[in-house]
Amino acid sequence: MIRDEDIIRIAAPRLTAAERLYLPQVLDGMKTTLTHLFRRPVTVKYPEEKRALRVDNHRGLHRLNRDEQGRVACVACFMCSTACPAHCIHIVAGDAPWPDREKYPVQFDIDELRCIYCGMCEEACPVDAIELTPEYDFVGTTREQMVLDKEELLAVYDRTCGLKPRKNPRITGYPGTGHRGQSVPRPPADEAT
Amino acid sequence: MPVVAAIFQTQLFVSVALAVVALALILGATAYCIYFERKVAAWIQDRMGPSRVGPWGLFQPIADGLKFVWKEDSFPAHVDKLLFVLAPTISFVVPLVLFAAIPWGGQLDVGGGNLVEVQVANPDIGLLYILGVAALSVYGVVLGGWASRNKYSFFGGMRACAQMLSYEIPLGLCILVVVLTMGTLRLEQITAAQTGYWLGFIPQWNVFLHPLAFVLLFICMLAECNRAPFDLPEAEQELVGGFHTEYGALKFGMFFLGEYAHMITSGALISVLFLGGWHLPWLAWTQPDAVSWGAALCKIVVLCAKVCFFIFVMMWIRWTLPRFRFDQLLRVAWQGLIPITLALVAWTTGLLYFGVQRSPLWTLWGNVLILAAALAWVARARTPVTGRQDNLPPVGAGTGGAG
Repeated sequence: MIRDEDIIRIAAPRLTAAERLYLPQVLDGMKTTLTHLFRRPVTVKYPEEKRALRVDNHRGLHRLNRDEQGRVACVACFMCSTACPAHCIHIVAGDAPWPDREKYPVQFDIDELRCIYCGMCEEACPVDAIELTPEYDFVGTTREQMVLDKEELLAVYDRTCGLKPRKNPRITGYPGTGHRGQSVPRPPADEAT
Repeated sequence: MPVVAAIFQTQLFVSVALAVVALALILGATAYCIYFERKVAAWIQDRMGPSRVGPWGLFQPIADGLKFVWKEDSFPAHVDKLLFVLAPTISFVVPLVLFAAIPWGGQLDVGGGNLVEVQVANPDIGLLYILGVAALSVYGVVLGGWASRNKYSFFGGMRACAQMLSYEIPLGLCILVVVLTMGTLRLEQITAAQTGYWLGFIPQWNVFLHPLAFVLLFICMLAECNRAPFDLPEAEQELVGGFHTEYGALKFGMFFLGEYAHMITSGALISVLFLGGWHLPWLAWTQPDAVSWGAALCKIVVLCAKVCFFIFVMMWIRWTLPRFRFDQLLRVAWQGLIPITLALVAWTTGLLYFGVQRSPLWTLWGNVLILAAALAWVARARTPVTGRQDNLPPVGAGTGGAG
C-alpha cells in the first residue's frame, strides 16, 4: 500500500514553443547526429588491434605467484576461497616441504567459468600469492579445460610476470610459525613447485 | 533486319528491358540499402559498421542474403499457412510493382526519330496507380500479424493498420496538392512541367511552390514505410519483433527487403513529385529536349541521386529520433497533418479557380498563412502536438523539480 505522503509529485517541465512544435527539436537532434557522422569512430578492430589495458588493475585470468626461489607463494590459508563469492577456488592443503612456512597447496583449482572476476581473492590473500592478470582471451572447448590447476596457474604467472610483476614479492618467512615445516617429511620433488 | 530494328525501337521493348534491368538493380540496391543503413547507424554512433566481409564490408549484404536463403524455412505449428506465406510476398512485391510507373529517364530517341518514355508504363492514372498499389502494402503487415496467431504479432499488425490508414489521408492530400497544381496524374508530365525556371534561375520544382506539402509528404512517407520514428508495428521493446515475430529465414528477409524497397519507391515518388525527377538545372543532358542514350542515362543517375538523398535522410532520422507513443502517433496524424494538408488543398483549389495555381507568389503566401495559423493554434493549445500523458499535471502547473 503506497501512502499518499510517500508519493513525490513532480510537475512536468513547461515546454517552450519550439518543443511544443516538435519539428525544431527534430532538426536540433539531426544536427547533433550529423556532427557525429563525421567524427572518428571509436571502434577497436579487435583481433588486429587491441585496447591498451590498465595492466595494474585489469581483472582477467588468475595466476599463482612464485616467490623469489621459484616456489609457489601460496600458504594454503583458504582466505581466498573463503572470500570467494562464487565458490570457485578449491584448495587442498598439505604440510609445506619448506622451512619458511607451515602449509602449502597440494592442489589449487580455480573454475574460471564459475569465477565472476571480482578480485576478492586478490584482496583477501595475506601473501599476495593469488592475483588477477590482464589476460582476458582465455578459451577452452570443454568445461574441464576451464578449470585451472596449480601448474596452469603458475604457468599463467610465468607468462604474465613480465607484463605485471608480483605486487609484494618480499613477504616470506612468517614470524611465529616456528619453522615447523622442517619436521615433516618432504613430498616428492616434482610436487614441490 | 528492319523488322528486328523496328522491334528494338518500340516502347514495349524499352519497357520490358527497363523492367528486367530495374528489377535486378533494385533488388541489389535494396540489399545495399541495408548495408548503408548499418553504416549510417554506425557512423552516427561513432562506430565503423560492417567491415569484415570484403573491402569495407561491401560483401556483407551477399553474406546476409545467403544466410537468409540457407536457413530452414520453418512454419510455427499454429500459423495460417496460406496467409503466413502471402504476407511477406505482398510486402515484397508491392514496392517492386510501384517502380513501373516511375519515370526514370524522360524521353529517349531509339533511332529513326522514335521517341519512347524511359518508364515501364505511363498510364493516364499514373499517380492513382501508385497510390492504389501502395495502399496494398499494409496488407502485408496486417496479414503477417494476423496469420502468426501470436499476440505480439497481432498488436503489430493492428498498429500498422491504424497507422497506415491514418497516414494514408495526409499522404493522399499532399499528393492532391501536386495534382491540383499540375493538372495531370501522369508522372512523366509532372516531371516535364517542373523543368522551367522562375526569374531565369530558380528551377520550377514543386518544392518551391509547396514547401509545406513537401515536408508533410515526407513525414507521411516515413510513416507509410514503417520507418522510425513511426516504426510502431515492429517496436522491439514492446512487441518482441512486432508483425514479423514468427518469421524467419527467407520470409523474414522478404519483409526486410520489402521495407527498403518501399523506401526506394517513396524516395523516387517524392523526387518526381517535388524535386523535378530527373531534372537538374543548367545541366544540358537533364533537360526535357535531350533525348540521346547518354542523356537518358544521365537522367537516371540524377533521379537515383535524389532517391539516395531521401534514403539517407530517412536513415538519419531513424538514428536520431526515438519512437512515438501510439496515441502521439495518431494525434500527429489527425490533429496535426490532416488539418494542415486539408487547408493546403483548400488554398490550392482556390488558386486553381483563379488560374494562379502555378504562381509561387500565391502558393507560398498560402504556405506561410497556413503555417502561421498552425503555429498560433499550437501556441494556444493546452497540450503539445505530440501529446503527453493525461494523468500528468497540466503544463505549467506546480513548481517543477522534485517536490
